[in-house]
Amino acid sequence: MRKLVTSMLAGIGLTLACGTSVYAQEKSLTIFWAEWDPANYLQELGNEYEKETGVKITVETTPWSDFQTKAFTEFNAHGDAYDLVVGDSQWLGAGSTGGHYVDLTDFFKKHDLGNVMAPATVKYYAEYPGNSGKYWAIPLEGDAVGWSYRKDWFEDPKEKEAFKAKYGYDLDVPKDFKALRDIAEFFHRPDQKRYGIAIYTDNSYDAMAMGFENALFSYGGELGDYTTYKVDGHINSDKAVAALDAYKELYKFTPPGWAKSFFVEDNQAITENLAAMSMNFFAFFPSLINEASNPNAKNTGFFANPPGPNGDQFAALGGQGISVISYSKKQDEAMKFLEWFIKDETQKKWAALGGYTCSQAVLKSPEFQNATPYNKAFYETMFKVKDFWAVPEYAELLQQLNQRIYPYMIGGSGTAKETLDALAGDWNATFKKYGRVQ
Amino acid sequence: MATTMITTLDRSSRAAARGLSDISIRNLFIIPTVLFLIVFNIFPLIYSLGYSFTDFRASTNAPANFVGLQNYRDLLNDPYVWSNFAITAKYVIVSVVGQLLVGFGVAMLLNRDIPLKGLITTLLLLPMMLSMAVVGLFWKLLYDPSWGVINYALGLGNFEWLADPKMALYAVALTDIWMWSPFVMLLSLAGLSAVPKHLYEAAAIDRAGPFYTFFRITLPLVAPILMIAVIFRTMEAFKTFDLAYILTSQPTAELISIRLYKMAFQEWQTGRSCAMAYIVLIMVLAITNIYVKYLNKVKER
Repeated sequence: MRKLVTSMLAGIGLTLACGTSVYAQEKSLTIFWAEWDPANYLQELGNEYEKETGVKITVETTPWSDFQTKAFTEFNAHGDAYDLVVGDSQWLGAGSTGGHYVDLTDFFKKHDLGNVMAPATVKYYAEYPGNSGKYWAIPLEGDAVGWSYRKDWFEDPKEKEAFKAKYGYDLDVPKDFKALRDIAEFFHRPDQKRYGIAIYTDNSYDAMAMGFENALFSYGGELGDYTTYKVDGHINSDKAVAALDAYKELYKFTPPGWAKSFFVEDNQAITENLAAMSMNFFAFFPSLINEASNPNAKNTGFFANPPGPNGDQFAALGGQGISVISYSKKQDEAMKFLEWFIKDETQKKWAALGGYTCSQAVLKSPEFQNATPYNKAFYETMFKVKDFWAVPEYAELLQQLNQRIYPYMIGGSGTAKETLDALAGDWNATFKKYGRVQ
Repeated sequence: MATTMITTLDRSSRAAARGLSDISIRNLFIIPTVLFLIVFNIFPLIYSLGYSFTDFRASTNAPANFVGLQNYRDLLNDPYVWSNFAITAKYVIVSVVGQLLVGFGVAMLLNRDIPLKGLITTLLLLPMMLSMAVVGLFWKLLYDPSWGVINYALGLGNFEWLADPKMALYAVALTDIWMWSPFVMLLSLAGLSAVPKHLYEAAAIDRAGPFYTFFRITLPLVAPILMIAVIFRTMEAFKTFDLAYILTSQPTAELISIRLYKMAFQEWQTGRSCAMAYIVLIMVLAITNIYVKYLNKVKER
């Protein structure tokens, strides 16, 4: 018995000794992100950093569905498990006012990042509150919603002929939302197990909102006024109502059971020959040009979100900035990493690895734009994106949007006008609750 | 009948030789458990009761303000919360009644001498041993209208189990019935095999019909144990989260626990979600109490 206790104690001591010696020898940083391909690219970039400086970078990931929950649980507990986080753009409000993020305004100004990075990424990934000149993150992964389509279906001469006969214009990449709808209707053939279009409908986080925003912004509508928080007359304007109807119209031409779809399902629509066109974040397009993950890789094309009836063309913003967590004990080390990260050659490497850089210089370079079939559409999109509310209570606003729009979209209850009027009421009440409007 | 509850320590045992008394051994076993309960159950329970009267949000540094019964008032006036409760009630009734019928039925079938009875029983128990999340993911594939096995086997074409607002809740309940009927079956089997054989023999001599035998002998004798199964399953069904969360996002299938999760961990309305948790707790306690009263009555018979 005594022998056992002694050996156990010795074992514990040894483990502790090893553990502390590792800490003493090596410098390391932990970055928290969601589990997807860009996180692997970031890990590869981190390995380069380790080669140069000897500081070990570990990118820790968790599935998208509990990314927000896990990150904020750690923040709320003031934990130092992560030194940096690549957080969603909507988190800026909660991250900054909650004291979870380190203020990067000085860093931003010192390196003139406002001009180095694409303007939309600075506005939506870094600044909070809007137009305040205070920055909390460095734009890391640019992202927006775009479209993929089946080139072989679009280019089939028989299809082209039939389309022209039916709609009176040529079948091509949709030039506006009306064409998007017509093409979706044209290819919707349930008897052949082929369907028109794949869109986002999942209401558990922001999928549905992103999909709807694509229509809303291109129709010239707005969620509300980002400075005064006035929503009545914006989210329920005639343009917004028309946009919601247009998005609901697309739902008619989706594959069966399309009521909880997000990026996985929308990529499956292309890989499994289900749909002619599919909405998705650019970040998920690399797997569509990879023949190992998409048997139709050669026949997959890409286009930017089309304009609405009045010629406005916008897209919903995804993507993330990287922030330093204020509870980290290695903030100096983290700042050094950021200084390395924003260098032009690092940004080039980042783009080459598959990351979506936000650096203007790299985005505008021909080698970036020609590197993949979708980079050009990405470049075009990144200069005309808009985002959801970034206030700390954004999750409540999101939930209210899901609660109102989903039953209308999927269940078909009420009208678009009623739905958006009710949503305006909900949002107004929420803004009132947090003292943003009188 | 034994009169003392505590077995005294054998004087020749090793524990006694080391000088441990009955009381110190009792304390050694009980105190850690009690401490554990206080730290991890009772303390958070009371602490969250305090939060339920504030507008506290765990995601910000803003101090919590006392708002009295505001959270409870708002929640009980929220039509969405009421619809969540109605959905949960419907789900609990459908799923528990379904499990009871299937589970008890299968137990009746198995309660006789058939070859490979042990093997069949074990195989039937398998669904219960899987993780809820895994079952949810599997059934999502089974229900899929494009490549799901269920529509293929039943020849339902493109029937949308989970995308149809009216069907989604029943689809989740069906999965729950599949998963947990074996539990009811297991308890029923135990109850059925405990019914004395001579009662059936006596009934046969009196020429009682099968229905009479079932309703007058089998059911009353198995009822107490069935009631226990019902209590367990009702409590579990009331708390269902993973299965429904994975299978569908239909608002018509949004159970109260899903709403609670969203409120607490997506919106970070900590104060309000504590109030909601208390409302749910009180409801579960009330329902369980009614059952337990009924169970005692059944036992007295």
